[in-house]
Amino acid sequence: MIKKQVSVFLENKIGRLNEVTHILGKNGINISAFSIADTSDFGILRIIVPDPEKALKVLKENNFSAKTTDVVFMNSPNKPGALAKALQVLNSEEVSIEYMYAFSMNEETAVIVIKPSDLSLCMEKLKKHQDAFISDGEHYII
Amino acid sequence: MIWNENIECSGREQMRQLQSERLLETVKRVYSNVSSYRKKMQETELVPEDIRSIDDLPLLPFTDKSDLRDHYPFGMFTVPMSEIVRLHASSGTTGKPVVVGYTRRDLNMWAEVVTRALCMAGAHKNDIVQVAYGYGLFTGGLGLHYGTENLGATVIPISGGNTKKQIQLMQDFGSTVISCTPSYALHLAEAFNDLGIDPAEMKLRIGLFGAEPWSENMRKEIEEKLKIKAIDIYGLSEIVGPGVSCECEAQNGMHVNEDHFIPEIIDPETLQPLQAGELGELVFTTLTKEGIPLIRYRTRDLTRLNYAKCACGRTLVRMDKCLGRSDDMLIIRGVNVFPSQIESILLEMSETEPHYLLVVDREGTLDTLHVMVEVQEQFFSDEIKQLQALRTKITDAMQSTLGLSVHVKLVEPKTIERTSGKAKRVIDNRKM
Repeated sequence: MIKKQVSVFLENKIGRLNEVTHILGKNGINISAFSIADTSDFGILRIIVPDPEKALKVLKENNFSAKTTDVVFMNSPNKPGALAKALQVLNSEEVSIEYMYAFSMNEETAVIVIKPSDLSLCMEKLKKHQDAFISDGEHYII
Repeated sequence: MIWNENIECSGREQMRQLQSERLLETVKRVYSNVSSYRKKMQETELVPEDIRSIDDLPLLPFTDKSDLRDHYPFGMFTVPMSEIVRLHASSGTTGKPVVVGYTRRDLNMWAEVVTRALCMAGAHKNDIVQVAYGYGLFTGGLGLHYGTENLGATVIPISGGNTKKQIQLMQDFGSTVISCTPSYALHLAEAFNDLGIDPAEMKLRIGLFGAEPWSENMRKEIEEKLKIKAIDIYGLSEIVGPGVSCECEAQNGMHVNEDHFIPEIIDPETLQPLQAGELGELVFTTLTKEGIPLIRYRTRDLTRLNYAKCACGRTLVRMDKCLGRSDDMLIIRGVNVFPSQIESILLEMSETEPHYLLVVDREGTLDTLHVMVEVQEQFFSDEIKQLQALRTKITDAMQSTLGLSVHVKLVEPKTIERTSGKAKRVIDNRKM
């Protein structure tokens, strides 16, 4: 499914990440997952939260450069080989990916977050393989 | 409307004659009343009678900010304090403040030149002028204030800062003209954006901006964001304050009120006068000031003069937008760098706000230039490669313009200090 991720521009200096998490925490926003892409000067924090619009508003009020981006959520079984299987499909379909990361929901399920170059094309190709994913009786949800 | 058509559209010869008469009087007055002028003139064996017309201006000695500091506070005044009705002073960031005194007649002259400036900008007596320059020792606020009253327009003396109130009064009172620094104008535009108010809903149509250098691109940005005509007004407290010169609606150079202040352009190194059209340091001689007349005062502002008649009909000589300051010029690895060059590069890139800071360091024997640039929200990407491309684009543009390697650092919005006064653009950490 398509979900919104919140990304935040951060300078590479002490305390910035702490500041973001503190602001979100103070406003009762739970972070389900995060990833950081960094260079020597700056980084981009990408977070998954239950209410992206609220998080965006709170961050902007605190003078952060932030935006929401559509990403693909793919639920997969939380077991060895499951990610490999998902990637194989993406690879065979030549879906080009800007970045991705993953997190565990619980013992059974993990979520793969994908930012494809072309969102609708990616969804279309993944849906095509929906049956193949499910044929093993495993719970891939696209 | 042209406020004083006789003067502002007078023929060149007529103007020169007026200037010459007034110059002779001024030289006589400072020679007999100010010991430092007399001493300087005696050093070159010059007497007031040697000055016969404005062609003799180059014979006269220069005056510098340090002369004013050395004779702090009132040593350069030519009238007794009983004649002085007001004092202003420049900020003393680099030493003692510079103090200027005005007689009643000086204040009337100042109001007259500011009124001319307002008319040049397209204002008239039905306008409501929001003066968002600071009121106080700084000349901006009170200068615009009395010029506006003299015009017969309505003045809102709100002074600087308190952005929310500025916007609220602009809405409630229907201000049609605003006067402040150009960086504060951009700050206002940001504030409109933050409050979700469209500046087009305001009645504002003209902005008079000055007290700091700003580029053509910054003008474009202010005009687009605030939906107004942005006019450059120039002045310095030593000469009188705002109103020394101002752009007309043609926005093609600032008309100098040269019946009161004669401009010259000199080479800041050799101190020799330059021809009209050549870029150099602006020097003023006041012609009518009583409190503190100044002879060949070095402004440190870099500009050119243009004597061609303007589309507006005025013949008053025009000066270009100031290109920087001869003393703000940074020399980095032998290259002359003006902060205004950096600003105009950033403004050409729609992705970045013109909020930047230059940091010059010396690593070993090598000077380095770091440019901090705030990343505009609309451009912010969740992809590293997009931001790196932005940084590369800025770096390349700066390197090709300056001929100098530059380290560009992207920083978070609103992290570079904003002030309602003059913006700090340079930190020079070199120990010379």
